[in-house]
Amino acid sequence: MSILVNNRTKVVVQGLTGSQGKFHAQKMKDYGTNIVAGVVPGRGNTEVDGTPVFDTVEEAIRNTGANASIVYVPPAYAADAIMESVDANLDLCVCITEGIPVKDMIQVKRLMKTSSSRTMLIGPNCPGVITPGECKMGIMPGEIHSPGTVGIISKSGTLTYEAVKQVGAFGFGQSTCIGIGGDPIIGLKYIDLLEMFQFDAQTECVVLIGEIGGQAEVKAGEWIKQNFNKPVVSFIAGQTAPKGKRMGHAGAIVSGGDDTAAAKMKALEECGVYVVQSPDDIGKKVAEVLGK
Amino acid sequence: MYLHEFQAKGLLRQYGVPVPDGGVASVASDALRVAKELKGDAWVLKVQVHAGGRGKAGGVKVVNAFSEVYDEATRMIGMKIVTKQTGPEGKIARRILVEKATDIQKEIYLSFLVDRDSEQCMIIASAEGGVEIEEVAKENPAAVVKENINPVTGMGLFLGRKIAKRIGLDSSLLNKFAEVANKLYQCFVDHDGMMLEINPLVVTGDGEILCLDAKMTVDENALYRHPKIAEMKDYGELEPQEVRASIFDLSYVSMEGNIGCMVNGAGLAMATMDIIKSFGGEPANFLDVGGGADVNKVREAFKIILTDPKVKVIFVNIFGGIVRCDLIAQGVLTASEEVPSDRHIVVRLDGTNVEEGRRILEEGAAKSGLNIVTGETMADAAKKAVQLAAGNIEQKEEKPSTKAADKGGAK
Repeated sequence: MSILVNNRTKVVVQGLTGSQGKFHAQKMKDYGTNIVAGVVPGRGNTEVDGTPVFDTVEEAIRNTGANASIVYVPPAYAADAIMESVDANLDLCVCITEGIPVKDMIQVKRLMKTSSSRTMLIGPNCPGVITPGECKMGIMPGEIHSPGTVGIISKSGTLTYEAVKQVGAFGFGQSTCIGIGGDPIIGLKYIDLLEMFQFDAQTECVVLIGEIGGQAEVKAGEWIKQNFNKPVVSFIAGQTAPKGKRMGHAGAIVSGGDDTAAAKMKALEECGVYVVQSPDDIGKKVAEVLGK
Repeated sequence: MYLHEFQAKGLLRQYGVPVPDGGVASVASDALRVAKELKGDAWVLKVQVHAGGRGKAGGVKVVNAFSEVYDEATRMIGMKIVTKQTGPEGKIARRILVEKATDIQKEIYLSFLVDRDSEQCMIIASAEGGVEIEEVAKENPAAVVKENINPVTGMGLFLGRKIAKRIGLDSSLLNKFAEVANKLYQCFVDHDGMMLEINPLVVTGDGEILCLDAKMTVDENALYRHPKIAEMKDYGELEPQEVRASIFDLSYVSMEGNIGCMVNGAGLAMATMDIIKSFGGEPANFLDVGGGADVNKVREAFKIILTDPKVKVIFVNIFGGIVRCDLIAQGVLTASEEVPSDRHIVVRLDGTNVEEGRRILEEGAAKSGLNIVTGETMADAAKKAVQLAAGNIEQKEEKPSTKAADKGGAK
């Protein structure tokens, strides 16, 4: 088992004809992801590297049975692309696009909350999701992953790769790795994914990578304390970040007193999470916790 | 992106929000002209810098005589403002806002922001205006009123009245307050605001509501649909390195230390700074070259670090996903040719095309005499960078070869 995606996931690529979409669609195919269609408004009835392109998501589903989409649409149109997937009632939409205005994401989430659609959203501004050996929906380097028992949830892309590599060096593979994105308003959050990992028999341990800004990590800690029965290893980036400066991610800014890395680390520790001080200790701690 | 107070007030005026009459001056004689045009017998001079706490730092001054306006303006324009938010280096005030002084009867706190939890905008108000809201929230949380704003319906006058009542405003002010709050929200949301803070919003002696201050930040990602706001960006508030970074769309924050960092990904970039600090070093900057970096962008990023005089050692930490290691290596080499430097460069490469990247760097270093030191892991590389920055250079295997190459390259 795994969560969110597996070898039965049929993926439609929104923005397949763009350079990013084209490049990563090929990479995903190479990894073994079942890419069944592309959607580019106005480009229906064409093909990209053998993949059929449709005008709308609805049409792509009708013709291919797709149940998930990945969005590589430019920021000004990305929110609209997500809403199209939500409207089409796909199981999952992964949005890679960086730089979507927050106001647009407020509208997207409003639609998701008030419509009857079952679509779950990952991102935006994220590396995507991968179930090693089965399905890669994202931009992460596939080759560093291997199937296994560690679930990874992270706001940061490259820091997730770092964690995957370290965990792998200690001989542990991953069940599913999810980059949730570093924007203020995102789709699935830590707790949504922890809930899924709770019921995933394959996952024995979860790595939770957070960063400064917001209260999501603290809330996750409280939820873990109450509900989660698997060990969680955590690292929070930005211990040295100055107050009031935005550190790359739109969400990574220390605004109040309690969204610093130190405050989050303390809160997580108090909830029974294994918090590592150095990003270099993530793999070591997982190995320790899983008893190797 | 931060707006100056006078810029934010300009936007608010367009929405019919009551703000004091005033004008901006960048030389003292202009301040005098503005004061004269405003008439009256008392004025407030306020430095225009992107930082809170200006009052405590001597950046806000009430002047009660026309004859003093010129002297005060002369003192304030060009003064260094040091507040909690500017850091010890402070900020130079290049402009002041001259406003008519207000007869204040009551000060209120009011702000709008994007609330991550509810995924909506939020309005925050408190009867205790004019002081830091964080302090109020800590000492008297009940005095801080928060309400979410429905993104579809907008705020509504009812919500304004509800808040006015809860912060104890007089009944006669409910409608006035609700109207102003609605106009503020509209201005905030129309311009893709991330934060709009009116502290204080005041009730004047004759029972009117007036926004005495306005701090506003807008969503950088939405600037493409607000060209007029984009033009308001004040590069003078940035450090030279930050200006160059913003031209090339790089995410850069200047810090105090001497280890320059070039990293891909915001999380890894922060983690890199953290690990440097954990080994006793100090990062000189946060720099994320981003996901879609090409050779040009990497070159510019590296040049920004190379031209930073406080940088003693450069730490390149790349985990290639979309960004390929060979491309990073090429960017580093081209930048180093354009801005020659004998500083040590500690490189840790991993991920996509790592072998190719390492080979390019090694060959390039041998040819041009760059002081490149490689690290196997993030921790290994960080440790080396910190040691080099501290001057505790361990003469290890890398050194002799690069030194030999150094001589060859120099002569």
